[in-house]
Amino acid sequence: MNKTSLAALLSMVTIGLSAVPFAAQAQTVKIDGSSTVFPITEAVAEEFQIQKRGKVHVTVGIAGTGGGFKKFCAGATDISDASRPILAAEMQLCKDAGIKYIELPVAYDALTVAVNPKATWVDQITVAELKKMWEPAAQGSIKTWNQVNAKWPKQPLNLFGPGTDSGTFDYFTEAVNGKAKSSRGDFTASEDDNVLVQGVTQDQNALAYFGFAYYAANAGKMKALKVVNSAGQAVGPSDVAVLDGSYNPLSRPLFIYVNVDSLKKPEVKEFVDFYLSNAQSLVKEVKYVPLAPAAYQMAKEHVKNGKLGTVFGGVSKVGLKVEDLLKMEAKQ
Amino acid sequence: MSASNASVSHIPSKLVADAAMKSLQRHKLIDQLFVILGMTILFASLLTLAVLFLDLVRDGAPRFGWDFFTNFPSRNAQRAGILSAWVGTCLVMLATVCVAMPVGVAAAVYLEEYAPKNIFTAIIEINVTNLAGVPSIIYGLLALGLFVYKLELGQSIASAGLTLALLILPIVIVASREAIRAVPRNIREAAYALGATRWEVTAHHVVPYSSGGILTGLIIGLSRAIGETAPIITIGALAFIAFLPTPPIGSEFPYLSFTWLSDPFTVMPIQMFNWVSRPDTAFQVNAAAAGAVLLVMTLAMNGIAIYVRYRFRKKINW
Repeated sequence: MNKTSLAALLSMVTIGLSAVPFAAQAQTVKIDGSSTVFPITEAVAEEFQIQKRGKVHVTVGIAGTGGGFKKFCAGATDISDASRPILAAEMQLCKDAGIKYIELPVAYDALTVAVNPKATWVDQITVAELKKMWEPAAQGSIKTWNQVNAKWPKQPLNLFGPGTDSGTFDYFTEAVNGKAKSSRGDFTASEDDNVLVQGVTQDQNALAYFGFAYYAANAGKMKALKVVNSAGQAVGPSDVAVLDGSYNPLSRPLFIYVNVDSLKKPEVKEFVDFYLSNAQSLVKEVKYVPLAPAAYQMAKEHVKNGKLGTVFGGVSKVGLKVEDLLKMEAKQ
Repeated sequence: MSASNASVSHIPSKLVADAAMKSLQRHKLIDQLFVILGMTILFASLLTLAVLFLDLVRDGAPRFGWDFFTNFPSRNAQRAGILSAWVGTCLVMLATVCVAMPVGVAAAVYLEEYAPKNIFTAIIEINVTNLAGVPSIIYGLLALGLFVYKLELGQSIASAGLTLALLILPIVIVASREAIRAVPRNIREAAYALGATRWEVTAHHVVPYSSGGILTGLIIGLSRAIGETAPIITIGALAFIAFLPTPPIGSEFPYLSFTWLSDPFTVMPIQMFNWVSRPDTAFQVNAAAAGAVLLVMTLAMNGIAIYVRYRFRKKINW
C-alpha cells in the first residue's frame, strides 16, 4: 500500500518538476506583512525576478501588518509590508530583539466610502457624520440613515467594514473616531474586501469602506462618496485629490520597513532600490496612487544615508503628506 | 412453530393471511419510502458537488491551458498560474503522508493489538477521539510555536507536512483501529495456533488484511488536509513565490534529495484565497480555475486509493 501510493505521488511530483528548468542555489529576499500592500510588493518582486533571471528569489507573504511586524522583529524577514506605521509595542519588540529598520513610504491608498448607486439621497458625507455612524456609542442605537442626518430617509443603515485585524480598520477608526480600533462592533465585517463590495452592490441601504483599488475595479456598480475635508470642501477619491492632499483625512500612506542588517546583503539593497525606482509605474498598474517622484527620490536618500526608525513614534497620525513625513525626525 | 399454529388455529385462515399480507405490504412500503429518502439525500449531496464543480469549471474555463499549470503567480491575471501552488501542495501532501501513515498505523496497531486495557490506555483513547474535533487553527498555533520556532524548522514544507500530519492523525488512527478490529478473531487465533509471535500475526496478517480500511482513513484525512488554509497561513506559507522547491529526485547520485523539506512554499488553497480577495475581478476567474484543479487533485487522490484498495481486496481470500 505504502509503496504504491508513494510511488504515485512521487511520480506526479516528478512529472511536474521535470517540466520546469531549475535555478541553482539563489539568494532569497523574504518579505511578509500587509495584504493591502501585497499587490504592490508582488508586482515589484515579479519584475525584479524577471530582471535578475532567477538569480535572486523573492518571497512575499500576507500575514497582515501586525503579523508581519511580529516576524520582522523576530528577524525572520528582511522587509515588512505595512498599511499603517509601526506601533509603539512593535517598536519595543524590535528594539528588544536588536532589529533596526528604515521606514519607507511607497504609495498612497485612498480609503473609499461607498454606497449603492440607488442610494440617491447621499453624494457626500462629513467626517462628523461618519463618526456618528461608526463610533462605539452608535452600537445598537444608530440604525437608520435619518438618525445620522435628518435629510436622509428613514431606512435601515447597513454597515460593512473590514475585519478588526486589518490595517484599513485601524486607519479608518483612527481618522474617523479619533482612536485606532475604537469602532462599533455590530457591522458586517470581512477580511475579504470583495465581500464588502458585494454587500454594497446588492443592498440599497448599505455603506462600506475599503481600499481604493476595490472601488476602482467595481466603479460601475457602486458610488464613492465625496468626503468633506478639513478645508470644508467635498472631495471624491482620485489620484489627483490624494496627491494634492485634498482628499483628507481618508488617504493614507503605505509603507515598507527594511531591516538594516539585511540591507547589507547586496540582493536586499538591490531589491529596495529597484522597488523605489519602479514604484511610480508599478503602483499605478495595481491601482494604487504613486507618490510624487520627488518623494521616491527622498526615500532613496534615506536608504543611502541609513535614516533609522519611524517618524511616527508609535502613534498614528492622520492626513499627513508623504513629503512632510519624509522630512520629519525619526525615532527608534 | 407448532405452538403458534395451535394458537391461531381457531381464527379463519383467510383472515390470518389477510393480516399478514397487510403488514407485509406496509413493511414493504416503508422499505421503499426509505430507499427513496436515501436516494434523494444521496443525489442532493452529489448534485451539490456536481453543480459546484461545474460552476467552477465554467467560471474558470478561459484559464485552463498549459500556461496555467506552468506559470508562476503574477500581478497580471492572464499571466498568473498555479505552478508553485500545485507543486507545493503535492510536496506538502507527500511529507504529510510520510509522517501520518507510519505514526497513525503504529498507534492504531499498538492500541488494538498490544495495549493493555487500563486507565492509561483509556485516557489515550479518549484524547485521540477528542483531538479529531479540535479546530485546525489550533494546530496551526501549536505548530508555529513547536515546529517553526522551537524545533527551528522555519516556514518550510517540513513544518507544513508535520502540522497537517498532526491534524489528520486522529482521523487516521480512528479509521485504522476500526479496520484492524474488523479482522476476524479466528484469523489471529489460527496464526497463534501455528506458533506465530504477536509481531508476526500483526505484520503478516492483521495489517495486510486491514490495509483497505487504513487506506480509506488516510485518504479521508488527506482530503481534509489538502484544503486546509488556516494552519498553513499561521505557520507562514507565502502568497507570492515564483520559484520551485529543490526537486526531491535528482539526476546524480544519490538521486534523492531532502533539501525540499526546508524550502519555502505555497499551496493551492492559499493561492485561491489570495486571488479571491484581489480587487481586480479578472483574478476571480483564476480562483475558480484553481478551485476546479484542487477538486480534481482531491478526486484523483481518492481514485488512486480506491484502485489500490481494490487490488488489496483481490489478494485477500478468506
